Amino acid sequence: MSYFRSHILVCIDPACLAKGAHEVEDALQDELVAQGLIDEIQVLETSRIGGCSNGPELMVYPEGLHYVGLTPDDVPYLVEEHFLKGRPVKKFMEQIAVVTDEELGPPKPKEVRVVLRNCGQIDPNNIEDYIAEDGYEALAKALAMTPEAVIDEVSRSGLRGRGGAGFPAAKKWQLCRNVNDSPKYLTCNADEGDPGAFMNRRVLEGDPHSVIEGMIIAAFAIGASYGYVYCRAEYPLAVKTLNIAIQQAREFGLLGENILGSGFSFDLEVRVGAGAFVCGEETALIASIEGKRGEPRPRPPFPAVKGVWGKPTNNNNVETYAVVPQIMLKGADWYASMGTAKSKGTKTFAIGGDVNNAGLIEVPIGMTIREVVYDVAGGIRDGKGFKAVQIGGPMGGCLTTAHLDLPIDYESLTAAGAMMGSGGLVVMDEETCMVDIARFFMEFTQDESCGKCTPCRVGTKRMLEILERICNGEGKDGDIERLELLSQQIVKTSLCGLGQGAPNPVISTLKLFRHEYEAHIYEKRCPAKVCRALIHYQIEDNCTGCMVCARNCPVEAISGQRRAVHVIDPNVCIKCGICMQVCNFNAVAVTS
Amino acid sequence: MSLSVLENIPENDPLARPEQKAEIDRIIAAHKSVPGATMVILNELQSQIGHISLTMQAYVAKELKVPYGAVHGVVSFYSFFTTQPRGRHTLKFCMGTACYVGGMPQLIEKAKQQLGIEMGQTTKDGSITLEVCRCVGACSQAPVIVVDDEAVGRVKPNKLPQLIRKCEAQ
Repeated sequence: MSYFRSHILVCIDPACLAKGAHEVEDALQDELVAQGLIDEIQVLETSRIGGCSNGPELMVYPEGLHYVGLTPDDVPYLVEEHFLKGRPVKKFMEQIAVVTDEELGPPKPKEVRVVLRNCGQIDPNNIEDYIAEDGYEALAKALAMTPEAVIDEVSRSGLRGRGGAGFPAAKKWQLCRNVNDSPKYLTCNADEGDPGAFMNRRVLEGDPHSVIEGMIIAAFAIGASYGYVYCRAEYPLAVKTLNIAIQQAREFGLLGENILGSGFSFDLEVRVGAGAFVCGEETALIASIEGKRGEPRPRPPFPAVKGVWGKPTNNNNVETYAVVPQIMLKGADWYASMGTAKSKGTKTFAIGGDVNNAGLIEVPIGMTIREVVYDVAGGIRDGKGFKAVQIGGPMGGCLTTAHLDLPIDYESLTAAGAMMGSGGLVVMDEETCMVDIARFFMEFTQDESCGKCTPCRVGTKRMLEILERICNGEGKDGDIERLELLSQQIVKTSLCGLGQGAPNPVISTLKLFRHEYEAHIYEKRCPAKVCRALIHYQIEDNCTGCMVCARNCPVEAISGQRRAVHVIDPNVCIKCGICMQVCNFNAVAVTS
Repeated sequence: MSLSVLENIPENDPLARPEQKAEIDRIIAAHKSVPGATMVILNELQSQIGHISLTMQAYVAKELKVPYGAVHGVVSFYSFFTTQPRGRHTLKFCMGTACYVGGMPQLIEKAKQQLGIEMGQTTKDGSITLEVCRCVGACSQAPVIVVDDEAVGRVKPNKLPQLIRKCEAQ
């Protein structure tokens, strides 16, 4: 194969052809021959480069420069300047249109991308793209070491499980390695069920090989021979991308027998869930892989001793595996240089809710909530006030303005009544009712409770009933105390993390927003004006009579003539709030 | 319930239709020997046939030589498995935190009103099934409705009727 130092891609879509793209291409060929560059620079045709509003246009690689509005007469000058003298020609240049990626744009201020470094940068369906970014180099390095040395390297890096609990990864590997039984299995928890969290999905969709490489390294360290990636069914694209990646890794000899001639063999497959949140719990996940109901079982025995098919199994989260190749490649010291004394490295977060820049971020552990919300995520939307941030998903808790300077690490969050969880951060402004949020999460965990143990099955149901009553304006004296008692009991007696964590949103909102509960129960008032039974909608005098609200009302509760102030019939109104959303004149008011 | 349901298969059951029966047999044969085959087969059946009827569950149990209860237990445990046929199109309303805060309850209200059915039900003409689903992880585009397999983001209440009409027409 001949080597070209540069490639010119000429756009030949109809718009550019009409403006003379072929003539420009011919001129390029002629000029490159004339200048003696034709063996160094290749001209290729491509279907479409950008907007094509200013054709003919071409793209020059490896620089990635976009030239537009060229005529054949411009070509000799361009070739001489750019390709002979190496000076890009500014007057023909156009900035490459930035593709807006709502989830993961260019790094935001203070971001450090380790896990997300390749996402959006490489083609996830092409293993060669990953290899070009030093992919599988870490594997080669690890296979030349002893398994103990690999574990030692990960241990020195301080990497802790990114699934939420933060157990040291190397310690987990060592435990599994020490068990005298075979075969050993590896599982990857890609059952990212926390509402509001989608970091793992993005890694699986954008950089699947980093997870596969991390798993092979972990398997080598532990002595595992087969692995499963358990991915939730809500992520069909992630499953598809992973399957393509696994197939390509096999074709390249990176999975299968005798990997890279090392004598080590390992293969893996994807198992798809079917919509059960509890399968994110490791023993439930294992049951689901085995084709059973995804119910957790008591530990011990831990999966490291008895896991998939009753054999020793190591289970880590997507992010944990994805970071391993980086640690092997750049060294434990590099990784340990980021983060805090007890929590090393970086963590990805999905930040959502009422912030200006919602999406994925990756920051060194230990950054404060203020920095994350205001510096990285751009502050609260519409200039509203910060009320709370919910962290750790349905088992996590809320933090308020008082916690803005709290560093985000495993210990600090737990001490403040929240938890790292998988890393979903939902920011809420003043218009969020904390009782309603607690009810929302309780509804979620209650519905997702697998039903195996009584405290979780019955307890969460009772808590939900009380919360629903409070939101409906039927709260009674003593409800708060009953919630507190139930919370304590459920936390203490549930079988798995789901039940033990289920009361957390209630505990934390009761601690921080007790006055909101009291307003609901004793004053029959929802301070944030959210709970339907406690609010009223009415149309103010500045109504222009445009009839938009009347047309959109699902129950035809709004009446009024065109160009006259409309009226909402409170007996028909279901308080859905659609009228307020669609009104262009802020004429719909809500009171409580 | 027992495997005896297989002796009297209802006319409208996928097992009573030769084409679908062949597909079911193909799926079972392809995955039968995989360890933990039950989940793999049920997932395939759900996506290819659209639902897993009681007779289909019994059939899977018989073919895998596992108790009927083991298969039914799995089907009833996971929310993705349905025992009733769905409509031609399924609208899944994401109930993740960001979508919930972003106005999903209003959208659900609107959809129920327009189609005259509750969540989990299918319209009489068999065109649309409404469902709520767990967070699909497209939170930056909240509120999100998944139409069949495609996530539609930033849905506003006044855009919903259009979305529904498009589905009905297809």
